[in-house]
Amino acid sequence: MERLDRRLGALTATPMLVLLAVTFLAPLIVVAAFSVMPSKVFSLWHQPDFSAYAELLRQGYWKSLAWSLGMALASTAILLVLCWPLAFAMAKVYRRFTLILTVGVVMSLFVSENIRLFGWVLTLMKGGLIEGYVRHLTGVGFDSLLYNVPIIVFGLVYVYLPFMLFPLAQGISMVPDDARQAAADLGASRARILWEVEVPLAAPGIVVGCLLTFVLATGAVAESKLLGGQVVVVIADEVETAFTYGQDWPLGSALAMVLIAIVGTIAVIGVNRVDLDAIMGRRR
Amino acid sequence: MTEKTILEIAGLYKRFGAFTALHSIDLEVYEGEFLTIVGPSGSGKTTLIRLFVGMDEPTDGTIWLRGRRIDTVPANQRPTCMVFQSLALFPHMTVGRNIEFPLKISGVDAATRRQRALDLLDLLHLPREYYDKRIHQCSGGERQRVALARALAFDPEILFFDEPLSALDYRLRKTLEKELKDLHARTGKTFVYITHSLEEAMVMSDRIAIMRAGRFEQIGPADEIYSRPASRFVAEFMGEVNLFPVQADDDGAVRADGLALDPGVAERLGLKAGAAGMLMVRPENVTMVNGSGAAEPGPAPEITVGGHLRAEYNLGSRLQYEVEGPSGQRLTVETLREGRFGGSPGDAVTLGWTLDRCHLIHGE
Repeated sequence: MERLDRRLGALTATPMLVLLAVTFLAPLIVVAAFSVMPSKVFSLWHQPDFSAYAELLRQGYWKSLAWSLGMALASTAILLVLCWPLAFAMAKVYRRFTLILTVGVVMSLFVSENIRLFGWVLTLMKGGLIEGYVRHLTGVGFDSLLYNVPIIVFGLVYVYLPFMLFPLAQGISMVPDDARQAAADLGASRARILWEVEVPLAAPGIVVGCLLTFVLATGAVAESKLLGGQVVVVIADEVETAFTYGQDWPLGSALAMVLIAIVGTIAVIGVNRVDLDAIMGRRR
Repeated sequence: MTEKTILEIAGLYKRFGAFTALHSIDLEVYEGEFLTIVGPSGSGKTTLIRLFVGMDEPTDGTIWLRGRRIDTVPANQRPTCMVFQSLALFPHMTVGRNIEFPLKISGVDAATRRQRALDLLDLLHLPREYYDKRIHQCSGGERQRVALARALAFDPEILFFDEPLSALDYRLRKTLEKELKDLHARTGKTFVYITHSLEEAMVMSDRIAIMRAGRFEQIGPADEIYSRPASRFVAEFMGEVNLFPVQADDDGAVRADGLALDPGVAERLGLKAGAAGMLMVRPENVTMVNGSGAAEPGPAPEITVGGHLRAEYNLGSRLQYEVEGPSGQRLTVETLREGRFGGSPGDAVTLGWTLDRCHLIHGE
């Protein structure tokens, strides 16, 4: 009976496995194959020469990569600090209000990211909502608040907040109340409870939230384009340019592979450090 | 004997909205004693202990610990500690790190911490190898000991217990009850224990406080609570009991329905003229004889009541009989196995006991 169940399980999973192989694995393999092709070819029937990787090192692409990773790291760190109290409130303090908060945050996802970012452009630009009103009221204007690195990080923080908030709230809800109370009873201050009890016990949520925001922010392109006005060029932008304007598929593929390798390594390390079963609701 | 007071509670109130959970609680806990607060669920005992350790604030009243007012002191600055019902061990730490937690918080160095944790493992009869075990690898009884060790590592002035044994099976509970009592004797600390189990309270405590609906019904040594309860509630809470309403007329004549009192016994009951009360006798203090009553070994009963045998129950070490009293009430008699009563259901029986084996509850 059990063997039949297992076979039926494999059988029912087959369509999904095929779909994943075709839509997820196949493009990845194609990209990996293209990345080793000679420069500016459009088919895979060439002698691999890895010239795209050499090109990647010669040109200043590492700068774009550093900007992407740096800004992703900054926004992840900011989001972690910003979302902790909010997630704590959602998980532990106002239980009834949590639904309203959840709906509110999720609702922002209903509007396309680009449109929301354009909203910020209109708010922050010279003659926009903020500067325009200040000039109208005081007679003193100032420069546009856009087109700098901090505003790109702000954009990343704004767009990826839900991806940090919900895993974090889930993680914090796994911290038993009595463990916190016991720590306090045994003399621990608020800070010690946070560090010794809450952070380790909420670790799966913290890791998932950080990975999601970091991975998404590393691949983000709209924030630097719209809010940053390309004051810096991010790696995703370089990949896009290589494929379209540059007409150099192997270069674009090589860039993509490097990005995948870096982000993939970080993700694997992160996932291995915590017990993901716990956050999926399975008890140890 | 003059005991030194370590904890003094005066006029403690706790309200949750319109609900008053604690009603003007006064209590003195003596240095080094084992005090158990017993009450049915919802009687407010958990609320009370949460106020003691600072997890909640009283609506009104004061708590003094060795002359220092602590009800306004936050939990993490009180020299008290509690063993939780859930134990509240830290699942992400090893046994050793759990025990060391309070020492780490107070800044004790690693080597001293480790030594202290190993000493505590010894004290609680846990093998030293458990130092590196994870909490989820420990059995229920072992976790219990780890929680105790952690609390003792904190070295509290008073150790509080919130029904920590309630989740364990019967045999383990019995073992740990005795271990706890032994631990109390060896450490000399003041233990305040709450439970809904009378048995637990009887085995371990020096004094028992009976709680009901946010008030103390009676506080005293276990023996006194058992044999001289202050109210019907306490009498019935402390196990099976036979109760007979008694009344003294204005001229002093005692009326007790169905009870036959030997001459002179009525006067010695201590019932004031015009007052009413309940005569209480425990099942094990009642002797039962067939019909009119053949001679029984031991002192002759001074108070007797007739009835009909209904059923016999085997309680293991003892036998229990259910008897229908003169006004149809259910009476209970218990004897050791050796004292088996030979009668069969329906037999007319006479129950009897001496005056010093029963107790008069005033009022009602």
